[in-house]
Amino acid sequence: MLILFGAFFAYPLVFAINNAFKPLNEIFLFPPRLFVQQPTMNNFRDLFTIMSRERITFSRYIFNTAFITAVGTFGHIIIASMGAYVLSKYTFPGSRLFFKAVIVTLMFSVHVTAIPNFLIMNQLGWVDTYAAVIIPAFAMPIGFFLLKQFMDTVPMTLIEAAKIDGAKEFLIFWSIVMPTVKPAWLTVMVFSVQNLWNARASNFIFSEELKTLPYALQQIQAGGVQRAGVGAAVTLFIMVVPLVVFISAQSNIIETMASSGIKE
Amino acid sequence: MEETTRGNMTFKEKMHWFWYDVKMSKTYYLFLLPYALVFITFLVLPVIISIFFSFTYYNIFEPPKFIGLDNYTNLLLGDDIFLKAVTNTLLMALITGPIGYIMAFVFAWFIHGLPRLLRAFAVLIFYAPTLSGSVFLVWLLIFSGDQYGYANAILRSLGLNTGQPIYFLTNPDYMMPIILVVILWMSLGAGFLSFVAGLQTVDRSQYEAGYIDGVRNRWQELWFITLPNMKGMLLFGAVMSITQSFAVGDITTALCGFPSTDYAVHTIINHLVDYGTLRFDMGYASAIATLLFLIMVLCNRYIQKAIGRIGK
Repeated sequence: MLILFGAFFAYPLVFAINNAFKPLNEIFLFPPRLFVQQPTMNNFRDLFTIMSRERITFSRYIFNTAFITAVGTFGHIIIASMGAYVLSKYTFPGSRLFFKAVIVTLMFSVHVTAIPNFLIMNQLGWVDTYAAVIIPAFAMPIGFFLLKQFMDTVPMTLIEAAKIDGAKEFLIFWSIVMPTVKPAWLTVMVFSVQNLWNARASNFIFSEELKTLPYALQQIQAGGVQRAGVGAAVTLFIMVVPLVVFISAQSNIIETMASSGIKE
Repeated sequence: MEETTRGNMTFKEKMHWFWYDVKMSKTYYLFLLPYALVFITFLVLPVIISIFFSFTYYNIFEPPKFIGLDNYTNLLLGDDIFLKAVTNTLLMALITGPIGYIMAFVFAWFIHGLPRLLRAFAVLIFYAPTLSGSVFLVWLLIFSGDQYGYANAILRSLGLNTGQPIYFLTNPDYMMPIILVVILWMSLGAGFLSFVAGLQTVDRSQYEAGYIDGVRNRWQELWFITLPNMKGMLLFGAVMSITQSFAVGDITTALCGFPSTDYAVHTIINHLVDYGTLRFDMGYASAIATLLFLIMVLCNRYIQKAIGRIGK
């Protein structure tokens, strides 16, 4: 039964992979076939020839998405770890309330906050800049939550021992806590990459040269039948990055999620 | 400094100690500050702004005008499409929420029994739809309304439908079931990973102790030992699945268009996007957002209580 369901979950992925390598006549073969008969790289070649003729080249979209993903993820991990560390290891006025607020925001979807966020961006003058996508990504509550829960499992004695040796708080955080919670931030990295790599960001970014990869995909797909092959190639391209990051961090993810429970 | 001794203090003394604590915690606040700043600006502040604008008429170009509860009364009493959206959203949430949640647990439970390498592979397969954000667009090709659509092609080759191809994504009879399938297909997210991990942390000796205490079969084992040990993960999974099952919007737009035929799969999020980004009625859109948020929080309360009863 597990195999049957597994097939159901894997089917569209297998489909996407196969389609990317199909020549156009196979994509529109009737009746359609799942597996590619004569694999070809034509779709990828077409993708680059079509996109390099446009005003904005395809590599620009790749750069935009890669930049947003890298900076957004890195920044989030640093500032969320710092906050999670003090929240996990010390109690101070407001600390419990803050963490409760984080748990509530786990439930937010992008759409609920989209309108006020736009107004805030407008006030800050960030509309149509990378910052409009990157800075809010720093706040990703699930990342903060997982880091804090994982840090709870780090024994306090480790930190106290360093304190007796005279280490300052930031040094303890950076050279003792961060290496210990490596599985946690690798996991958070996966979630953050998955979020940002797939971000269309069409609410905040209007200049063509700042637009992201998923947005480009949407436009290619709007090209209809003659672009179906290229569309399949881009779909695969977008899919591969989060997949690779996930596979390389998988054992860390399971280790981290073991401390993901919400205490009553 | 213990809580018990502070119980007898006067208000003034309490405030004094409170400020003392705050001052002593300066380093901690500095650590938390960068995250707190973005968290408050982009997650807390928007909710406050949303609630504020929900009592106004605001179209961005003119300053907001206070109109009291008008947005809410219009929504609940005068907007048939909103009621349709609420019905659809609740239907989706009530079906995909519990099924997706249980499915995540059952799959995690099955996977748990597999050997290590196979387990890693299975986790990847089941999580893949969530991982690759826009791959759900392949469902467009599968349920495409012409004969090139895979579903139509299969029906035809099996001789089940010899007439016109079925317009799966524009015929209201088919739209809702298809959307439900796609949501479920994407529902194994962070909660699922949490379950897989949670099952691995349950101590083996607890099962042995359980058998001595009279646990007789796998179901009792599950109910009395496994589940109570995983309460935290179950709560986390519940929060995740509430978010997912109430916040459906992108999927319906991508698959069935916007607006969908007869509003058959119109959701609260779709309605919100309609007023917020197309009609520029921010006050009305904010009222929709506030109501959706309230529904989700109430639902979360209820589920927390339900999970608290496990194993008792």
